[in-house]
Amino acid sequence: MQRFIAVRVLQSLMAILVMSVIVFGLARISGNPLDVMLPIEAMPEDYERLEKYWGLDQPITTQYVIFVKKALQGDFGDSLKYQGKSAMSLVAERLPATLELAGFALLISAILALPIGVLAAVAKGSHWDTAAKIIALLGQSLPAFWLGIVLMWIFAVMLDWLPSSGRGGLQHLILPAITLGWFQVAAIMRLVRSSMLEVLDSEFVKLARVKGIPEWKVVWKHCLRNAGIAPLTFFAIIAGTLLTGSVVTETVFTWPGVGLLVVDAVRSRDFQVVQAVVIMFAGIFILCNLLVDILYAYLDPRIRVQ
Amino acid sequence: MPLQSSTRTLPSYAVPWVIDGWHNLKRYPLVALAILLFMLVIPAAFAPWVAPHDAFHGSLSSRLTPPVWQDGGTMEHILGTDKLGRDMLSRIIYGARVSLMVSLIAIFVGGIVGTVLGLISGYFGGRTDAVIMRLVDISLALPTILLALVLAAAVGPSFGTVITVLIVLLWARYARLVRGEILGIKELDFIARARVAGASHTRIMFRYMFPNVVNSLIVLATLQVGYVIVLESSLSFLGAGLPRAEPAWGVMVADGRELIVTAWWVSMFPGIAIMLTVLSLNLLGDWLRDHLDPKLRNL
Repeated sequence: MQRFIAVRVLQSLMAILVMSVIVFGLARISGNPLDVMLPIEAMPEDYERLEKYWGLDQPITTQYVIFVKKALQGDFGDSLKYQGKSAMSLVAERLPATLELAGFALLISAILALPIGVLAAVAKGSHWDTAAKIIALLGQSLPAFWLGIVLMWIFAVMLDWLPSSGRGGLQHLILPAITLGWFQVAAIMRLVRSSMLEVLDSEFVKLARVKGIPEWKVVWKHCLRNAGIAPLTFFAIIAGTLLTGSVVTETVFTWPGVGLLVVDAVRSRDFQVVQAVVIMFAGIFILCNLLVDILYAYLDPRIRVQ
Repeated sequence: MPLQSSTRTLPSYAVPWVIDGWHNLKRYPLVALAILLFMLVIPAAFAPWVAPHDAFHGSLSSRLTPPVWQDGGTMEHILGTDKLGRDMLSRIIYGARVSLMVSLIAIFVGGIVGTVLGLISGYFGGRTDAVIMRLVDISLALPTILLALVLAAAVGPSFGTVITVLIVLLWARYARLVRGEILGIKELDFIARARVAGASHTRIMFRYMFPNVVNSLIVLATLQVGYVIVLESSLSFLGAGLPRAEPAWGVMVADGRELIVTAWWVSMFPGIAIMLTVLSLNLLGDWLRDHLDPKLRNL
């Protein structure tokens, strides 16, 4: 187990390292990195200041060491669009909004996916099961950005029930959270269905039924608890994809989170902000994957041996 | 393929026609194939002849014309026009060409790279295998959209950028799949005999092993086309994919986002095109998997 964890931790560190090399390399691949980091309208003093800041007069290996050192201290340079703010402080400012959205999306996808998945398994071959299949298929086929616009069109423009963009109360959260959680609903549902099917077939469920426990209690208490392990570990992966998936959803609904920040930064060529967000999100994403793997190995000894 | 699945017993209760129709759709991919053919392949191949108007230039006098069934719509622009007066139908047809081209090139190149590395990894094993498989793990751990955003920020959005990002993301799955299959094939008698007969490593890998993984590769590639189209259009939507002038479906949806109150059709129609295309590709992929390679169930 320890060996397994050590190997996986090492792999994750490698992945983060590769990501940092990509970010570092891309800024330098097209000649002068300052041309990438600075917008066209930048002043000569901006060039001078940044050249000193990133040590661009040094050899490339030293530059990378400087870059990593600063990154480890959470220093990715200053934003050029928002004068005088460090890229990291901008990210920190926007992070609560993104976490709020991702948390709510997770909640919605769990609320939708668990009951449908359970019903699809209990009544295999019924309309519930078919409905679950259709949802799963649509989950794969509907691109999130378009789903968001459709929801906006129906509920904000035509029916005028909910606001179309921005952050505020609960009404502002509903449409973006559904858009962000939609893809996960299909994934969680399928997982719940298959693990429920397995549990429903086991001996202790038969015993519970023989004992005369009401069927709803057998399904929702005895089975769901046991079938819940696989989807639970999956939630960590989902949390990671939700965070990075927020880039699309936040752009659609102009939700003022980190995702919108990075898209705006790409458009205005604010590279220091882009690299801050990308490395931080990549870190979170890779960390979530690592946690899931360790959790799986803990729950299922077969994985450790491999 | 004979319609063998028609022997499957239907549930005894009455099935509403909608769901029944869906069952049929799932059983015979003919409908899916037909939609796919009309939506994607024909327009993509014959775009300049099929498209009723110029997809790149419109007349500003007919900007934001609604589709034909709405007040103010004309037969000339059946699906309406966008804010530059360009015909929506023509742009969607050209969009099919762009989407198909990007995803086919990316899957083809990514597939070749992945297959070759997978063959090498599985055949030689040992340290080579370890290195390649670590690369696969790392590549699968990279967050897709972020990688594309950095690339777009550094070199600007272009055709080449999108394809590069997609290849970087796609190859690993092929490598992993091929390696897994090769590990099994390697132990079979005919490979040992080929060695004895003096066949070179290259010949064994490409002449004897490769044909045995082709089915799995076809299934994976088909299942990925839909995924790649969604990915590419998401990137284009964010401004990190194809350039703004390109008639790509993702770009068109992005154009329509700010017009949602006044001109819903600008983002609705390209979105429907994406959805139908990806849906039929997924159905086709599922069907291929069930018939060619049922062991890939959890792909």
